[in-house]
Amino acid sequence: MTPLLEIRDIRIEGRSDEDWHPIINGVDLTLGRGEVLGLIGESGAGKSTLGLAAMGYVRDGVRISGGSVVFDGIDLMTASAEEKRSLLGRRIAYVAQSAAASFNPAHKLIDQHVEAPVRHGVQDRSESVEDAIELYAKLRLPDPDQIGFRYPHQVSGGQLQRAMTAMAMSCRPDLIIFDEPTTALDVTTQIEVLAAIRDIVDQFGTSAIYITHDLAVVAQMADRIKVLLRGDEVETAPTREMLEHPREDYTKSLWAVRGFHRPEKPAPGPDSVPILSVEGVTAAYGEQVVLEDVSFDIHPGRTVAVVGESGSGKSTTARVITGLLPPRGGAVKFEGETLPAGYRKRSKDQLRQIQMIYQMADTALNPRQSIAQIIGRPVRFYSGLGGRRLRARVDELLEQIELDPATYRDRLPGELSGGQKQRVGIARALAAEPRLIICDEVTSALDQLVAEGILKLLARLQDELGLSYMFITHDLATVKAIADEVVVMKEGRVIEQGAKTAMFTPPHHPYTDLLLSSVPEMDPDWLDRLLAERGVEALGEAATGKM
Amino acid sequence: MSIWLWIIAALAAIATLAWVGLWAARRLSGNAPRFRDMSYGVAFGYALALAAIAGGVWLWMKPGAVYFRWAVMGFAICAVAAFVFRLAGRHLGPERLKRQFRKMPLTAAFGILVIILYAVVAIFAAWIAPHGQEAVLGAANVVPGGDPAMGGDPAFPLGTDRIGRDILSRLIYGAQNTVGLAFATTLLAFFLGGALGLLAAVVGGWLDQVLSRGVDVLMAIPSLIFALLLLTIASVWADGARGLMTLYMVLIIAVIDSTRVFRLARSVGIGIVVMDYVEAAKLRGEGMGHLVFREILPNAMAPLLAEFGLRFCFVFLTIASLSFLGVGIQPPLADWGTMVRDLAQFINFAAFAPMVALAPLLPALAIAVLTVGVNFVVDWMLHRSSGLKS
Repeated sequence: MTPLLEIRDIRIEGRSDEDWHPIINGVDLTLGRGEVLGLIGESGAGKSTLGLAAMGYVRDGVRISGGSVVFDGIDLMTASAEEKRSLLGRRIAYVAQSAAASFNPAHKLIDQHVEAPVRHGVQDRSESVEDAIELYAKLRLPDPDQIGFRYPHQVSGGQLQRAMTAMAMSCRPDLIIFDEPTTALDVTTQIEVLAAIRDIVDQFGTSAIYITHDLAVVAQMADRIKVLLRGDEVETAPTREMLEHPREDYTKSLWAVRGFHRPEKPAPGPDSVPILSVEGVTAAYGEQVVLEDVSFDIHPGRTVAVVGESGSGKSTTARVITGLLPPRGGAVKFEGETLPAGYRKRSKDQLRQIQMIYQMADTALNPRQSIAQIIGRPVRFYSGLGGRRLRARVDELLEQIELDPATYRDRLPGELSGGQKQRVGIARALAAEPRLIICDEVTSALDQLVAEGILKLLARLQDELGLSYMFITHDLATVKAIADEVVVMKEGRVIEQGAKTAMFTPPHHPYTDLLLSSVPEMDPDWLDRLLAERGVEALGEAATGKM
Repeated sequence: MSIWLWIIAALAAIATLAWVGLWAARRLSGNAPRFRDMSYGVAFGYALALAAIAGGVWLWMKPGAVYFRWAVMGFAICAVAAFVFRLAGRHLGPERLKRQFRKMPLTAAFGILVIILYAVVAIFAAWIAPHGQEAVLGAANVVPGGDPAMGGDPAFPLGTDRIGRDILSRLIYGAQNTVGLAFATTLLAFFLGGALGLLAAVVGGWLDQVLSRGVDVLMAIPSLIFALLLLTIASVWADGARGLMTLYMVLIIAVIDSTRVFRLARSVGIGIVVMDYVEAAKLRGEGMGHLVFREILPNAMAPLLAEFGLRFCFVFLTIASLSFLGVGIQPPLADWGTMVRDLAQFINFAAFAPMVALAPLLPALAIAVLTVGVNFVVDWMLHRSSGLKS
């Protein structure tokens, strides 16, 4: 049987500053009918570009400079615009990373859903609407009869992502390209979307290319995995073989990422004064109460991880501690001393003691200031250093975060990679010589290899400087790696808290259990097992029963 | 009615041309992808462009179309001048400047050339101009061109006005007065509007409300009429002192125009204030000055600069129109707006004596060229600053 999609020696170039530089250097890709191929690699590896090229499409400022793309006997490189139009949406569909950004907010879901089938003449509008409702039911969207008649903003992120998958399925395509469809979702939502996608792909025998940087996710979804590194193929192998016996060093290093583990530090003595105590804090935005009676302590030199889904109040807690959001009730104490509620009333020294590192390094660093200015400002502001001594201190800080001062001192944030930007964010916090650093999802926007580097750096700095961390995250793998204590939050309340080892050993609070079990594991059978455990019948069967 | 028939017939002819041309191109090129994937709309556009060029050539041949020929020649001269200027920039001067010129589009080079020329003329007006701006020289109403047979005089290449002042000299001094005042006014408007707008964005709350509602009130009144009203009041205060009158005009236009700058600065500022780096600076305990001028202003620069270019042109046109109405720059100071008004009657001669009608068109052209030049430069700066982000 001929493969459905065959890409031979494809070369893709991108344009910057009048020059063309390579993005993909001669990659081959073969996809059989009904097969799911996982494409993984760091950001910048060319995964998305290759995925789009499989549709014969490139983004603006990018061109295909060589090679061939043959879809079911049709050469997409030489096909006319008219021929391509008859394929895209009809036989090849695309599911983008952010469904929220990909749906047109001005139209109802159903109107966007029926567009492709009606335009391609597969179904008329009423048939297509009926079919959409059926697909929504198969993807286990709540209230399938009505949900399509809502606007995108009236539907949650995970539901939108499933609606988008339904839309891609509307013409029963032969090939779907999934570009990181679950990256922006919470772990608990991710499971539902993964299960839905996998079952519907199975059921219709659709071929798929699944692009992601999350190895555990790809292990659940793909029959075969292809690893990309800076536009080159590293290796391709069936999923189980790849997981058990990776051949190349790079693949092994990817696999080893989740191996970073820091032993829990011994519990603090009974007379240890916590560096920070949050005592019965209640906070609200206007009428909306977002935190209720939140209490926990952070002891010197320890890492407290605050975990929970988005909307659980993790970041709001950080805003209360830093004084951006004065609480309605309760108090924040620093070394036993109550801090003024608003940051404007705090002294310079109180402000200096607590520093923050942000999730998005892009918005956390002023794009118009050089690295030396960004790091130098807090040094000058708090210690009054200037001239040569300021420069020496900036260089010392750059060395602490493992960036070469001579190379990076005068660069702008835009000229750094994501991981390097995050390191500069750490250096800016260190520059104030704080006792406590609040890390707000510092690794969730980074690739796993880079994230591991950041975690190791933070751990080293803690050992060297005796820092305390409040580590806000939704990623339990990160918690396992770095935390000493864990605080689980849900809907503005602390559900459970305690030492890490105790928290990861059953019995748990049911919510903690749900969170823990939702973290994908590197085992291809994990999703099946989990669904079986949770008593969810396979979606395909449920849907068939309904038909 | 027949004009409509003509237009419909011409469109039909172009449509046919596009269809035939597309079909022929596909046949002749052996269905090359370029023509195969070209839509009919694009082909129609090409046909329309072809028709426009043909129309241009026909107009050029017509004996009466003097202004069209001048416009085409002027355009060609500007293009060549810009090209030569860019070429010079690419091979002369320090390396950093050369690199800038290498990436520069022709439009931006033209804009920079225009700005440099105007600046030089404005600064050295007293040395360049052959006569004083107020000097009344013997002959009145000398026709531009300097050809005695046509009523010109070689001593006054651009002719003289109704009371016998040299138009060339007045144009040169006009650059000093009009452009200089417009620049000062725009700077003032930006300082006022920009600072208050960013402040409103950072502080928010009641200060934002007070400033924004105040601006709303000012913006609700049509700006030209408002300026006229205020200038009438100011002229009583100035009590005939010319310098004071000009100062009042600058202040009034600056305040009225600063409302637009305020709106822009505030909305851009609000987008930046929510960024984490501003939060980090706030939590560091930084003062308002640092927040506004170090953290926010550099990031608001691109849209503000673009607005500066536009605003400069508007201020400039406002001054010209106020002068045209008689309340702006006071005679005998030369100013382009006043010159257009004084010479406006000659436009009636355009049909049979193009040279005579040139007199009011020259100051108008001076205004137009500067406006276009400034906007070209601003476009380019915007393009560069947005390119840096990606």
